[in-house]
Amino acid sequence: MLVTRKTGFLQKGYMIEVFKGLFITMKHFFFSKKVTIQFPEERREYSNRFRGLHYIKAVNGVENCTACMLCPTVCPAECIHIVAGERDDKEKYPVKFEIDVLRCCFCGMCEEACPKDAIKLSNIYEMSIRERRVYDKDFLVEQRGSK
Amino acid sequence: MSEMSWTLIKFGLVLVGLLQVVPIMLWVERRGSALMQNRLGPNRIGPLGLFHAICDTVKFIFKEDPIPSHVDRFYYLLAPIVCVIPAFMTFAVIPFASSITIDGQVINFQVADLNVGILYIFAIASLGVYGIMMAGWASNNKYALLGSVRSSAQMISYEISMALSIVGILMIYSSVKLGDIARLQGETLVQLGSVAIPKWGIFVQPLGLIIFTTAAFAETNRLPFDLPEGESEIVAGYHLEYGSMKFALFMMAEYLNMTVASAVISTLFFGGWQLLPGMQFALDALAFDGMNREWARIAFEVMSFTIKVAFFMWVFVWVRWTLPRFRYDQLMSLGWKGMLPLSLLNIVITAGLIALGVI
Amino acid sequence: MTFYIFAVIAVVFALTLIFKKNPVSSAFSLIVVFLSFAGIYAVLGAHLIAAMQIIVYTGAIMVLFIFVIMLLSADVPDLDYSRTSKTTKITALIGGLTLWGILTWMFKGAELTKTGTHTEEWITQSGGNTQVLSELLFSEYILPFELTSILLLAAIIGAVAIAKRKRGKKT
Repeated sequence: MLVTRKTGFLQKGYMIEVFKGLFITMKHFFFSKKVTIQFPEERREYSNRFRGLHYIKAVNGVENCTACMLCPTVCPAECIHIVAGERDDKEKYPVKFEIDVLRCCFCGMCEEACPKDAIKLSNIYEMSIRERRVYDKDFLVEQRGSK
Repeated sequence: MSEMSWTLIKFGLVLVGLLQVVPIMLWVERRGSALMQNRLGPNRIGPLGLFHAICDTVKFIFKEDPIPSHVDRFYYLLAPIVCVIPAFMTFAVIPFASSITIDGQVINFQVADLNVGILYIFAIASLGVYGIMMAGWASNNKYALLGSVRSSAQMISYEISMALSIVGILMIYSSVKLGDIARLQGETLVQLGSVAIPKWGIFVQPLGLIIFTTAAFAETNRLPFDLPEGESEIVAGYHLEYGSMKFALFMMAEYLNMTVASAVISTLFFGGWQLLPGMQFALDALAFDGMNREWARIAFEVMSFTIKVAFFMWVFVWVRWTLPRFRYDQLMSLGWKGMLPLSLLNIVITAGLIALGVI
Repeated sequence: MTFYIFAVIAVVFALTLIFKKNPVSSAFSLIVVFLSFAGIYAVLGAHLIAAMQIIVYTGAIMVLFIFVIMLLSADVPDLDYSRTSKTTKITALIGGLTLWGILTWMFKGAELTKTGTHTEEWITQSGGNTQVLSELLFSEYILPFELTSILLLAAIIGAVAIAKRKRGKKT
């Protein structure tokens, strides 16, 4: 938007405006509250709805997932790879459940699609890694930062 | 001690002092800018993050230092040196304290008391632009060349108003020697009751001060006049092709030029080594006698000079993080249509006042 | 001794100025020549002239030169001496030798001692180079000084007039 400001004689002389500006920065220098969060010591508070790293919910050490393949179907980034298998009690379960986190866009669709409440997104956001990493089932079942 | 050894001592003092300025200013710049922008700035290494500058230096020294294949090698390597040397040389004529007499030998605290004084500063400072031009041309890169062309045009334009703005000062103190100018500023201008207002340049030449300071900002390529660089227009400007220590030399030159500019401003307009208000009482209260008193006086003078210079260095940083940049045509029209006529007007007014005998 | 150092530097860089094919390198060599001239003036005790030499020639004129060279990016073939005609070469040679002969003839009999009232002691006594020179400029030599400034003013007005006319044609 084009804002037309009045430039009077004093504004054209620059000096008074310059000193006003200097005064403002000085006010910030001394009196303003600093917004920096000093990361390792302080952490930002995120809301509970924050979508971070995935985990698979487990009950009594058995994962809730039944390998229904809804989450890889709904996943827009195609980052979930499941190989289904059968347990001894004829129950379907994921033999392999891998999430390629580098592809993941953290949209949370998998969480919404899951009928068994198995795949969930935690509020872990520190995920910097040095090499490409695919999270497997053992890693995901471990419940870290669960809501 | 002979005069030669005293000169060497002063030379060493100035050189070492100037080299300390660069890392400290790096810290002040980063920390100051952060605080003004409601951030905290570097605070991890050392008290208040003071040692970040050391880490920076170590990084600069050990970084890989490639020379691009398309540059003119000789001038490419020469340019940072040409930038830094004039910056060091200009400090030679700036007095940082008055004189002391030891065994009948008068020692001026000034590396060289040339009788061309301020003209020497202008002469050497005008050489600084060649480093930038050389860098821009030798880099064989259109952005670098544009940066250096901008810089040279800017420096020529502002050098004129800079030189004209101090003519008033030279007329009032009728000397070009910085030592004389600093000494004459100790005189009293007006006596207001018990408060004596000294004949500092700011009180007799306020317009000159404003023009000179503005021109000094332009000469040192600092914001709001940092047209030689500019990420959005010409990438990094003249030092685009430079890396590691060679880039650090350009940075050093910038900060040294700032130091010299602040020193000149405080010498011409703020009394140089003249004691700050209140310091005379402190000096009297200490009640030294004989030689000790003289040395205490020198220490106080050096201290007040340093405080003044430090304040103006701070102003440089302060203005940098306050004002937006000028556009190039605005810069030129301010230089030629605003500041040049104003500085001429300043000369005329000063001459009139001197002729009337007011000053 | 110092004189010879500066003199050798000046001569060497004057030669590189002529023989360099690149206009910008030539310009940079010219700067060094001017700087060594300033050094020679300073050795002779004329500090003001030395400072002025640096301010005017190296600080202003050469910056403009390089500025123009960079903007126009002068073509290297223009400086190819093999394309110069023979007549020009011979005329230049004769002219140069004549000038050299005249200068030698002029300065052959010149005395090396300083003459006149302005001795070094007198200058130091009356307040240094700068003061003496400025006092002389504004008293004894006021007329030539003012005439020179009028000449410069005419040059400035001329430059402005030329620049204005060209702009008018374009638009």
